[in-house]
Amino acid sequence: MVEISMTVNGKPVTAQVEPRTLLVTFLREHLGLTGTHVGCDTSQCGACNVHVNGMLAKSCTMLAVEADGAEIVTIEGMAAPDGTLGVIQQAFQDHHGLQCGFCTPGMVMSAAALLRENPDPSEEEIRAFLEGNLCRCTGYHNIVKAVRAAAEAMG
Amino acid sequence: MPKDHGIGAPIRRREDLRFLTGSGRYTDDINLPGQAHVHFLRSDVAHGRIKRLGTGAAAAMDGVIRIFTARDFENVGGLPCGWQITSRDGNPMAEPKHPILAEGKVRHVGEIIAAVIAETPEQARDAAEAIEVEIEELPAVIDMAAALGEGAPKVHDDLPSNLCFDWGLVEENREKVDEAIRNAPHVVTLELVNQRLAPNAMEPRVAIGDYDKATDEHTLYTTSQNPHVIRLLMGAFVLGIPEHKLRVVAPDVGGGFGSKIFHYAEEAFCTYAAKVVGRPVKWTSSRSEAFMSDAQGRDHVTKIELALDEEGHFLALRSETLANMGAYLSTFAPAVPTWLHGTLMAGTYRTPLIYVNVKAVFTNTVPVDAYRGAGRPEATFQLERVIDKAARELGMDPVEIRRRNFINPDQFPYETPVALVYDTGNYHATLEKLEELADLEGFEARRQESAARGKLRGLGINCYIEACGIAPSNLVGQLGARAGLYDSATVRVNPTGSITVHTGVHSHGQSHETTFPQVIAEMIGIPEDQIEIVHGDTANSPMGMGTYGSRSIAVGGSAMVRATEKIIAKAKKIAAHLLEASEGDIELKDGKFTVKGTDREVAWADVTLAAYVPHNYPLEELEPGLEETSFYDPANFTFPSGAYACEVEVDPETGKVEVCSFVAVDDFGNVINPMVVDGQVHGGLAQGIGQALLEQCVYDENGQLVTASYMDYAMPRADDLPSFTVDHSCQTPCTHNPLGVKGCGEAGAIGSPPTIVNAVIDALQRGGIEVDHIDMPLTPVRVWSAIRAAS
Repeated sequence: MVEISMTVNGKPVTAQVEPRTLLVTFLREHLGLTGTHVGCDTSQCGACNVHVNGMLAKSCTMLAVEADGAEIVTIEGMAAPDGTLGVIQQAFQDHHGLQCGFCTPGMVMSAAALLRENPDPSEEEIRAFLEGNLCRCTGYHNIVKAVRAAAEAMG
Repeated sequence: MPKDHGIGAPIRRREDLRFLTGSGRYTDDINLPGQAHVHFLRSDVAHGRIKRLGTGAAAAMDGVIRIFTARDFENVGGLPCGWQITSRDGNPMAEPKHPILAEGKVRHVGEIIAAVIAETPEQARDAAEAIEVEIEELPAVIDMAAALGEGAPKVHDDLPSNLCFDWGLVEENREKVDEAIRNAPHVVTLELVNQRLAPNAMEPRVAIGDYDKATDEHTLYTTSQNPHVIRLLMGAFVLGIPEHKLRVVAPDVGGGFGSKIFHYAEEAFCTYAAKVVGRPVKWTSSRSEAFMSDAQGRDHVTKIELALDEEGHFLALRSETLANMGAYLSTFAPAVPTWLHGTLMAGTYRTPLIYVNVKAVFTNTVPVDAYRGAGRPEATFQLERVIDKAARELGMDPVEIRRRNFINPDQFPYETPVALVYDTGNYHATLEKLEELADLEGFEARRQESAARGKLRGLGINCYIEACGIAPSNLVGQLGARAGLYDSATVRVNPTGSITVHTGVHSHGQSHETTFPQVIAEMIGIPEDQIEIVHGDTANSPMGMGTYGSRSIAVGGSAMVRATEKIIAKAKKIAAHLLEASEGDIELKDGKFTVKGTDREVAWADVTLAAYVPHNYPLEELEPGLEETSFYDPANFTFPSGAYACEVEVDPETGKVEVCSFVAVDDFGNVINPMVVDGQVHGGLAQGIGQALLEQCVYDENGQLVTASYMDYAMPRADDLPSFTVDHSCQTPCTHNPLGVKGCGEAGAIGSPPTIVNAVIDALQRGGIEVDHIDMPLTPVRVWSAIRAAS
């Protein structure tokens, strides 16, 4: 077992983990943050996306020990402390950007990373950036609309 | 201004709040105290005899609790099939046993050989790898035609051949159809493949079995579209647990698309094993396991012939299909290529004579069952492809040939030659709307603009119909269903007027929690936020058949309407008593009961309170309380239909196809929430375009599944698809259900594949390249090869 410490959604955590524990397993099973999902085992679907030190990362492709000392933000950290949805989350609701909700946390984390990097993306740029997130319900149409609307709302 | 309340309002979804904040409760988010984990050892060969299973070393490994093999399931039934097809010769289909764990032989890659239960998932997996397996590999049958050939290896040794059934519709028409085709001025023939797909709900399947020794009660948490169906199948036919001792919970479920209808071995295993080991047992599928254990879809090989007269009128149609069942019969597999496929061969047209033959075949592949559309995409694809080919051969416009053959609006109800009665529709209206929205007149200018950039632009048209709202129980019983297909709702009015609805259907993306309250809000006149929808738990909802076949609002919603009507009838009696008026004079509007023609009124919540605090109440005539249940059995299928158009650009140098635009005009009858309906169509279109251009399950000649991960199975991504134009303003309400609704979940997946393929063929032909068909998926290499072969 290895001891690791990190900040998750602003809170410090310290735990003992097996070296082979994936970051997503640590988040879900050790910390109970089950908003981050596992949709594949080959790093393609993006349902497990989180932010590690401000960078978008697939938490199924990182060991928990690699995140030692890092600042992690998950979907549970995206709304205001009083529960008010963030701008991107609100845009997803307003534009029906989710159906079953399983890919949604990863989509929101990807959208946040995109808008940080490119605050005014075109539809084509949004589609290209979301290439690493699979959704089987929405056909992406309303996800793209939601991200575009969030960009406009953030001005 | 759109409505902001009730039926027809595009209100935002209440479900979203939990899904957007990571607070959803999917099955894998559930962990029970004392829970152990199972890992399934799966066959890595497609066909073989199990000679030896050495579990000793594995059993001694750290954390291992118990290892199960087929021997532990000797007293347990196989997985049942829910639909029996009768062959043309009157014999029932071949129905081999579908064991929980492989018995003696393995018949497809991914079949479960053994199961290891351990303290952690990692320990279970490590120990499974240590099991010594000796399998004598046998020749595998993968190709359907070869499987039916003389001397082919048999998937099931105890069956006479690999033929499951040989079915005809309508057998009495066979000779008449043959004769009409022989004598017709034009016969257009097309041979095509509707390739095998993996449904790929983003949430992999999960099962957790739990057993309470004190009460002798079993609970199964599972990723299901229909928990009551699982309880019935697993309880009665597999494990022998009576329903009152078995609870099945399907909480938030991350997509289904058909693949979560069926009863799977892993569910039965976890339920059974939890009692044996005395601890909850959890299984979470990996995506790789999902590819080889979730039922797959489609996989038809078809020859279709359309006979026409000189003016392009359809005279007769003959369709012959080989349908792959895989190694075993999944729950509803036999219904898909038969009653959900052959019956749709009339499409939206007046073809007077139709004969459909389907031979279902066992092969050493993963079982095949319903996937979004289930049989109806296969019917639509062949029909709309052969019509397009006919238009070309006769020199007719593809829009005109369809219009000329449409069933006209004054012909409803319309009885087709393939056993359906369409209640209503207006195919001319949807096609006209399509011509307007897709700007068909402007196509030529866009084609020239593409040509100037060296691209071949094509236009594809398709007019589909589907049979949804599944289904009248007495009818499907005659057709071989071993279940009724009604649905149910309990409407429980709480004392202060809020309402809890327990429904037998299940939402796994369909938005029932938002849309079902809109119906009751409209009926009673109270706000939607006073109404809660509860689903997904056999312990708190009446027996219902679940969600698939675009049936939730048409069948489950109708049950809810019927129960609410009973509530309103009773509430009016109470209101009449409180207002000292005659019951016949009471009206309910905007949440108030009024006496007709007076200003006397009593509020909804005062009436509901009186029902539960019956001090001033007609107790001698009326029971207290306000709760009603209805079971609704539909009188007919519903028949959504529509007209689709898309434009593609083909790069003749690379064969790459780009979808430039896609317009979908659908007639869903009345619409409860247009925003949600748009979303359902978008998702269906993406899956259909995925089938047309990207997706395919590929097995090699030994039965190895080559496409067993997202590295090899091409899922549609955001940058593969265009934005869509969707419209559902053409509405011919269903005539036989109380909401006039038809269902919208599958339309996009049914209508889009032929639209895309028609467009690509159109692009090539307009570019002077004589290609009349390419099998899906139309990948660059396939299109490029077709171009090269033609030039």
